[in-house]
Amino acid sequence: MLKLASTDMKATRLGFGEALVELGHENPNVVVLGADVTGSVRTDLFMKAFPDRFFSVGIAEQDMISTAAGLAVAGKIAFASTYGEFAVGRPFDQIRQSLAYSRLPVKICASHCGITVGPDGATHQSLEDIAIMRVIPHMTVATPCDYFETKKMIKASIHWNHPIYIRFFRDNTPVFTDAQTPMEFGKANTLINGTDVTVIACGLQVWEAVLAEEILAGEGISVRLLNMHTIKPLDKDAIIKAAKETGAIVTAEDHQIHGGLGGAVAEVLAQSVPTPQEFVAVRDTFGESGKGEELMRKYGIAKDDIVAAVKRVLSRKKK
Amino acid sequence: MTSSELKPIARQLRRDIMKMLMISKSGHSGGPLGLSDIFAALYFKILKLDPKNPGWSERDYFFLSAGHLCPVWYATLARRGFFPTSKLSTLRQINSNLQGHPAPSYTHGVPGIEIASGALGQGLSVAVGCALAVTLDKKPNSVYCLLGDGELNEGQVWEAMMTAGHHKLANLIAIVDRNHCQIDNRTDKVMEIEPLADKWRSFNWNVIECDGNNIDDFLAAVDKAKVRNGKPTVIIAQTIMGKGVSFMEDDYKWHGVPPNEEQGKKALSELAPTEMGDFVTFDWEK
Repeated sequence: MLKLASTDMKATRLGFGEALVELGHENPNVVVLGADVTGSVRTDLFMKAFPDRFFSVGIAEQDMISTAAGLAVAGKIAFASTYGEFAVGRPFDQIRQSLAYSRLPVKICASHCGITVGPDGATHQSLEDIAIMRVIPHMTVATPCDYFETKKMIKASIHWNHPIYIRFFRDNTPVFTDAQTPMEFGKANTLINGTDVTVIACGLQVWEAVLAEEILAGEGISVRLLNMHTIKPLDKDAIIKAAKETGAIVTAEDHQIHGGLGGAVAEVLAQSVPTPQEFVAVRDTFGESGKGEELMRKYGIAKDDIVAAVKRVLSRKKK
Repeated sequence: MTSSELKPIARQLRRDIMKMLMISKSGHSGGPLGLSDIFAALYFKILKLDPKNPGWSERDYFFLSAGHLCPVWYATLARRGFFPTSKLSTLRQINSNLQGHPAPSYTHGVPGIEIASGALGQGLSVAVGCALAVTLDKKPNSVYCLLGDGELNEGQVWEAMMTAGHHKLANLIAIVDRNHCQIDNRTDKVMEIEPLADKWRSFNWNVIECDGNNIDDFLAAVDKAKVRNGKPTVIIAQTIMGKGVSFMEDDYKWHGVPPNEEQGKKALSELAPTEMGDFVTFDWEK
């Protein structure tokens, strides 16, 4: 079982906003772009602290991405932030051409991702963003599991010389890492080192997996838990090692089943160590309004779904 | 450099464009020919630049938003010394740096190009970002962005116009290549964009109109645009697509096609050779 650093509830987006302010103090080249939802995504903190280095572009996400590219051309470290659905869905072409193909290390910071944005309904629930970003060459895709990891990720991003998409969330969620927990892009964190099966989770599903592991441990099942905070570049070594040592894989994510973390892991397994895998993900459908927790259960991405997936995969595991 | 010195450069750019396209057998003829006067003026007179140090921090920034116009840009960059003119014969060919649409040198493009373009409508936003950075740093650099008139159909351009006006980016100069042609037809047939000057004005821009195929007129327009009065400035440059090649002039059908050998020969016969010399001599010219 995981020894918890703390049981506070704090929002990942707050970690983002606070990290930006720290970066603002540390580096005069850090600039932030806003597309009107600054209070929601918490860039309001940076805007108040550094009004000269905050640029409003209005509700214009395509313009925001290309403007960030122009700031990067002129040597600035640009953070562009809005809700996940609008950060990815609308400016795909701008991200592909002005950032990825042009290799400009702009940071796209998407809040309110996944189904837990809840009452706003399907239009605002970005469940395709990992797939859309992952398929673009040169893009990095990362998603933190809690407040502290978000902070670390944002602060590390200014030394990461590639365009990066960082996906986080609206709700207050359990803080279960601390300031000392390592966070290195492209390197999975092994939270629990079990032997029967490996759960590879990202974002809020890492916490769900922590809860699932407690249940499974009670039933005598030894679970290895990897926090795969970076989906691209993916930590292939950790996946291959887990497949060889535990022989069964479950992936868990707040995203469509197609093209997300599960797909990325399956690509690795198929090419190196074919291993039974079960997917905890949204099953090719749109969400709806409701509370985050209710939706996680209804759409099959809560702790009980991870427990069930572990049992399914164990039944398929080679004896 | 005077306009009488710039004119033969523009003519050489036109010869270069025709020869590049005759070799590649693929690419855009009309727009690049129409812009040769503006590119000669920009790169041999107006822009602060150093071909040996393309990333010079004091440079003026230039963004070509309508990337398909790159044959004239490649010819200009080569003639200005950013890379050897011999490379011009590799346009659109495999393993060449001269991509069908421009890419920066740190991907697989050429020096002097800051960012990729080709998918339309993104360049003005990029230029706005660059102008914001220059303003923040209190630097004197000017930022230029060239857009096609058909490209103004793209909604993002209007987002960027709004942003530039909102931030009062006086160091930003947009140039619209107003040749009234786009790939399908004349611009008023595909999508009416007039009254164009009024539209830019209503987005809080200064508007200067000029003849983009008259170098003196264009230089005067840029001089006016460089007087910073708290607003961005657009130069609406009336140009003729295919300018310099009689059978291509003002015909939208020359937007995206190269000349065949016979048409190329005829085009070159209308563009007198210059002292700069061509980058390649075809067998039939010997």
